[in-house]
Amino acid sequence: MISDMKPEDIVGDYKEVTLDLYESISRKILYTEIETPYPDGKLIVSTTTPDGVITHVNQSFIEMSGFTEEELIGAPHSILRHPDMPPVAFQGLWDTVNKGEKWQGFVKNLRKDGGFYWVKATVIPNIRNGKLEAYTSVRRKPSRTKVEECIKLYPTLF
Amino acid sequence: MSFMFTVSPDFTPDHLSGWYIFNTWIQRQTDTAIHLEMYNDFHSQREAIDNDNIDLIYANPFDAAMLVREKGFQPLVKAGGEADEAIIAVNLENAVEDVAHLLEGTKVAFTEDPDVHLMGMIMLEPADLDKSNVIEIPSDTYVLVAKHLLKGEADVGIFLAEAYDDLSSMIKKQLRILVRSQISVIHHSLMIGPKLLDKKEQFQQILVDMNADEKGQGVLKSLGFEVWEKVENDEMEFMIDLMDALNT
Repeated sequence: MISDMKPEDIVGDYKEVTLDLYESISRKILYTEIETPYPDGKLIVSTTTPDGVITHVNQSFIEMSGFTEEELIGAPHSILRHPDMPPVAFQGLWDTVNKGEKWQGFVKNLRKDGGFYWVKATVIPNIRNGKLEAYTSVRRKPSRTKVEECIKLYPTLF
Repeated sequence: MSFMFTVSPDFTPDHLSGWYIFNTWIQRQTDTAIHLEMYNDFHSQREAIDNDNIDLIYANPFDAAMLVREKGFQPLVKAGGEADEAIIAVNLENAVEDVAHLLEGTKVAFTEDPDVHLMGMIMLEPADLDKSNVIEIPSDTYVLVAKHLLKGEADVGIFLAEAYDDLSSMIKKQLRILVRSQISVIHHSLMIGPKLLDKKEQFQQILVDMNADEKGQGVLKSLGFEVWEKVENDEMEFMIDLMDALNT
């Protein structure tokens, strides 16, 4: 399940928006302009079910997202969905991985405290004995040039 | 029938004799004739793997994918508490404070250690650097990578963290670490091939129990390890997927 964001969790001045996530589920998002820089040398790793429900996260995921492991396991991956990310980007992700192919892109992720962090994400389908069992997502530090390009491009994709 | 064992050529040279001692130990314990063949480089080892000459291998994570997916190998154990991490280092006098400030045309010294090279290149990505816009300086050993930095022939060096830590203090004093990876889940593994698979459980049990035995402890020490930990197939698949994701 995914719940609305709570004002008491937010750090700093925030804006409010309602985001349509999936299957007519919507979520109230409270977001700020505070960026958490991606730490050098770390990878954020998570695994989800084929439906996008989180089954595994590493320590870097917990630290960067601001959620606890208990809050993340069982939650949809769209818990990280930032309102500045155009839905078409995620459509491209799902279209690609559903074909059994790797997807790579630059993503602005939402933190529990309303802040954000940019990542270079790779999502790979985990095929075991010919069957899709899960997706693994690996995020690494993006180049600032690529992030700047996305900051210009993404608003044009809504 | 004798089986063939080999070790990824990126092992620490100090432990060469340890691998021979380990091979003798495992033969006695499993009552299996195994010949240890050490290859000088990755290319000759790859050739032996391609020709299906290898039955047991202490493999680096990069080769593990090919061994599992194409050659039917399965993981046995990994060295407890050990993980492969990479370091990006520069000459102490280099003014660069952040990887992101490195520029196109940066001279990068590295060994042909495939997983370390991959992790190192990923750590250079924040500066928009990749194979196409750096000057590559392939080196035979990590000591030579360090020498390229000391002589100013390279701007940055990619090291296996363990190899960097093992450099003499004299060398390390003249270098500076820009980034040390903290990935934790990428590691070498001892893997068993199709011709030995019927003995997988036996080998795995003997290896996991190795530190409970005094002689076994001594052999482990000669390899620089404390204990072997079982690696499940799922864990190996996860690491392979991870390497696959990084190699994109």
